[in-house]
Order: sequence, then structure tokens, then C-alpha cells
Amino acid sequence: MAKYFSKEHEWLELDGDVATVGITDYAQQALGDIVYVELPEVGKKLVKDGDAAVVESVKAASDVYAPVDGEILETNEMLEDNPGLVNEDAEGEGWFFRVKIDDESQLEDLMDQESYNDFIEGLED
Amino acid sequence: MSFQTHTGNRGLVLEEKLIFEQGEAGRCGVDLPKPDAVKSRLGGLERDSDVGLPGLSEPQVVRHYTRLSQKNFGIDSGFFPLGSCTMKHNPRLNEKVARMPGLADLHPMQPESTVQGALELIDSCAHWLMVLTGMPAVAMSPASGAQGELCGMMAIRAALDARGENRRRVLVPESAHGTNPATAAACGFTVDSIPATADGRVDLAAFEAKLGDDVAGIMLTNPNTCGLFERDVRKIADLVHAAGGYFYCDGANFNAIVGRVRPADLGIDAMHINLHKTFSTPHGGGGPGSGPVVFSDALAPFAPLPYVLHKDGKFHLVETASEQDGKKPFGRLKGFHGQMGMFIRALTYMKSHGADGLRQASGDAVLNANYLLARLKDKLSVAFPGYCMHEALFDDEFLKGTGVSTLDLAKAIIDEGFHPMTMYFPLVVHGALLVEPTETETKESIDQFCDAVLSLVAKAESGDAEFFKNAPYLTPRRRLDETAAARNPVLRWVPKNAE
Repeated sequence: MAKYFSKEHEWLELDGDVATVGITDYAQQALGDIVYVELPEVGKKLVKDGDAAVVESVKAASDVYAPVDGEILETNEMLEDNPGLVNEDAEGEGWFFRVKIDDESQLEDLMDQESYNDFIEGLED
Repeated sequence: MSFQTHTGNRGLVLEEKLIFEQGEAGRCGVDLPKPDAVKSRLGGLERDSDVGLPGLSEPQVVRHYTRLSQKNFGIDSGFFPLGSCTMKHNPRLNEKVARMPGLADLHPMQPESTVQGALELIDSCAHWLMVLTGMPAVAMSPASGAQGELCGMMAIRAALDARGENRRRVLVPESAHGTNPATAAACGFTVDSIPATADGRVDLAAFEAKLGDDVAGIMLTNPNTCGLFERDVRKIADLVHAAGGYFYCDGANFNAIVGRVRPADLGIDAMHINLHKTFSTPHGGGGPGSGPVVFSDALAPFAPLPYVLHKDGKFHLVETASEQDGKKPFGRLKGFHGQMGMFIRALTYMKSHGADGLRQASGDAVLNANYLLARLKDKLSVAFPGYCMHEALFDDEFLKGTGVSTLDLAKAIIDEGFHPMTMYFPLVVHGALLVEPTETETKESIDQFCDAVLSLVAKAESGDAEFFKNAPYLTPRRRLDETAAARNPVLRWVPKNAE
């Protein structure tokens, strides 16, 4: 399965035309302890770069943006009771939602793992 | 301290239970005779169980609240670098005037002829605000800075509606107060954020590129949240006006420029003024907020009701749209006149300082912040180069490699006897430490704070991260588990036998 990353620190893993989306490990570290995740309703239409979810940590509340257009198929209900999953396993168990992608060409705007690693290394300087 | 006391008290720092966990049933502060022959008119709906109030004597109640107050640390206890956003010194003269019987005993529903002095006071306060900002109109009623923002944006919305234009995009810099985008969204606008330049100001080219015929306006804080003056503000005003939009200025930081810069000269259409920040009214636990909004000629007709009209030697509160001549108020935001008690205190502050005193206060606020910046900048890392306005902003670059975080340093500052500064805000600065000493701090108290911070930075550099991880040591409670508190908040006391 191909994995993509956005400059807003979301990751996206593609399986057919369904993408699983979450925030990156770098993002969870920067946010600190996550205390609440507000997920979109199933069936909601996402617009690329529009608001998709809200993640709240002890430091701040941040928007999570949709990396692509599409429709929400499923959300990670485990985050309701245990938002700390995002800290424990941001790019696995701590996924946010699954979305049916409208336009696969939008993936071209995203980065692969290697470019994302370079991108966050650039931010550290 | 290495031993535990039997009581849990630490010397004269007393442990205090919740008031519901004290006393015993039946104990009471007063002993009144039972009323006889009380006839219920509740039709059988009388409560037949206990209310569950704690039974305490009068001295127990007095001690409870006194002890709680002693646990508080505020501007009256010591250096409080959260600054004017939270609380700056409230001159006691303000309180004396607010307690004068002719003002303290007023009722908002008294006949107008009996409150001419109070209406004149509101009118005078409004006059001062208009002169200080150079703006032709002011709405006094908004009850806080945030409601002031709402007031300003509703006036912009009303003005656009009157023009028959459906402009819905509002530009907001990414360093803005969180209330700015929230206000725009609450008014039905969409928010489009403008990036900042490397020196912490609005990126003019990016701003210009975002302008268009769907732009309702810009919401800009000046001086901004990074404590910097937006030097392109005049250009920004011209550009947004040329594009047909309005300029809302968040005037929260007016305390840094009052008496020196008139917002009207910057091309502003609407700006709220936090009376607590600029004119020293109490705030937070101490009193209600108050956020009057000044308007340009373009927006003045849409200002909300009510307002005071001075005509034929009399003061009149205009409360209905039918009394208007050519004005189109968008409605009203609040019952009665606004925060009368705050107008009294603000006007007292203005009149006791005079124009020259207000000018000196903003100068002292900026001087104090820059003195603090100069004392700390070699050991801490300054977020943006150059002088600051009323607050000094650092990032956490200086802590890199020490294992100490901004939060750890802030906790250690508590042990030194200071309230910590604002942390992790603004969000655009990594691990931000924002320090606002305000105009009333002496050089001694700023020096004492700087000496303490510098000694802690030296300790962090010496590799003693463990010390910081466990701070604070000397407070009634040690490091609290903020994560657990946020994830599993206990919001209500539940009696033991009800569990």
C-alpha cells in the first residue's frame, strides 16, 4: 500500500480508492499529550485543504486538513475513549478516518516518506 | 522539605477541603426562629428532601474563603508576567470612585432625569475613546473584547448587506488571536489565513495575492500577537479599501500605542478596545470585561444600539431604531447601557492620568518590555529581531539540547515566587515564552525576575534537567497531571454516599 504525507503533517495510506488518514508521528510529538479528537461524521464530503478534524492537546487545539477530496466512510471510534492512541501509535492504531477518494491525481501534490523526512528535517533547522 | 506534617498543612500554608466536605448537618451561621403559619402555594411541588448544603458556622465560612484567597497568586501578590491580557495593576482610585454612592447605588431602570450624571459619564468616556483613536463613532455596550470583535464584524456584515454585496471571505494573519477567526466564522464569513514573514509580520505580497471582490475585509491585530508593530499597516489599509473591503483592527494591544498612534490615521474601520488592558479596569475574577468599539465614517451608521445622545443640554439614551435619523443600527448586543462599572473606572483612569499620563503609560509599558528583552536576549533566544512593543517574545531554541522544555522552565519559575509567563502562544513561535511586564512594574521587580530566569537558564545549561522535570517543589501542590485532567475531567463534586 502506498503511503503519502502532506505539508500539514497528515499521512494517508491508500488501499484501492480508499485512504486511511491520520496525523504523523512528528505532528503528535509537536502537539504533546493529545486529550481530544473531534472526528468528521461518516458521509461527510471533504474538500482538499478544508477542515476535516480537530485535534486538541494540552498545548493547543489544531485543525486537521483534508489531504484530498472525498467522502468519509469510517472514523476511528477508539479515539473517543482513548485519544492517547494518537501519541502511542500516530501512524497505526491512532488513525483518524477512512475516506473514499474522488480524484487520485490529487495524490501527486503529496510527498512520499523520503521527501517528508527531508521536509521535517528542514523544519528542525 | 523532607517531612510530612500530621495535618497536611505546611507551616502556615493550610490545606483546605472543599466546603461541601466540611461542617456537619444542622450547623448554621445564624439562629433564626422557625417561621410559623407559612402557607405553601406550590401546589404539592414542595421539595421534600434536603438541599444538601454544608452546615458551617460563620467563622468556618470566613476561614474557608480566606484560605482559598491565600492560595491565589495575582497581580496584588507579585510579578505577574501574563500581563494586561489577564490583569494589570488596577489603581485603587478607580475603585474608590466606583464605590461613590451616587454611582454605586444606581439602577439601570431609573428614570433618565435622575441619571443625567451617569449618562454624561458614559458620554465622556466615549468622547475620550474617540479622541484617543481619532475615530468619529463608538459603541460602548459590548461586554468584552470578544463581543467587541463580534460587534465590529456585524457592522461590517451590515455595511456589506446595505451595499447589496455578498462578500464572505475574511483575511486573518496566522498569528492572530484565536478569537479573530472564531468571530469571523460566527458572523458567517469564511476565514482565509495570511502567512507571516520571517520577522513576525504580515506577508504583504501574500496578503495582496489573496485580495479579490469576495473579500469582506481583514482582521489584523496591531501591535500584533508577537508584540510587534505591523509596519505596513497603512499599506494594508489602502489595499483592502481599494479592493472594496473593510479593515477590522483587533485593538487588544492598544495599551502599547495609546497617546502615540491614532488608529484612524492607520485607516482602520472598526476596532475594539479592551478597557481592562488599556484603561486598567479589573478583569477575569475581578470584574466583567468591557470592549467598546470605535468606527470609521463608513461603518458608523451601522453601530449597535443603545448610545448616549447629548442634545439641548440633556443626555438621552437612544434605545430604539425608530429614534434614528438616517442611521441603520444592526441591533443591540446587550441589555441596558453596557458595563457601567467599567466605564467609571476607565474614565477615572483617563482623567487621573490625563492625555500626557496615558502617553507615558504606553511608553513605560514598551520601555519595560524592551528592558526585559535586553536583559534576557543574550541567554534566551529572541523569536524576532529588533525592538518589541509591550511584550517580549522568546522561542525555545535556547533550551535545545538541555532536555528542559518551556513548560519545565515555567514550573521552575513558580518556585522562584513568580507567576509564569504566557507559554506556547503565539502558536507560530516554537515553544513560545511571552513576557509582558506592563507599565507599572519597577526596575527592581523586573530585575529580580530577569535574575531568577537567568539563574534557571544557567541551571538548565549545566545539565540538571531532572531538577526541572520535577518542579515546582515549593507550591501547595506539585506538578499537576494536565493530561489526565483534560482527558478525564472531574467537573462536579459528588457526595460520598451517592457514589
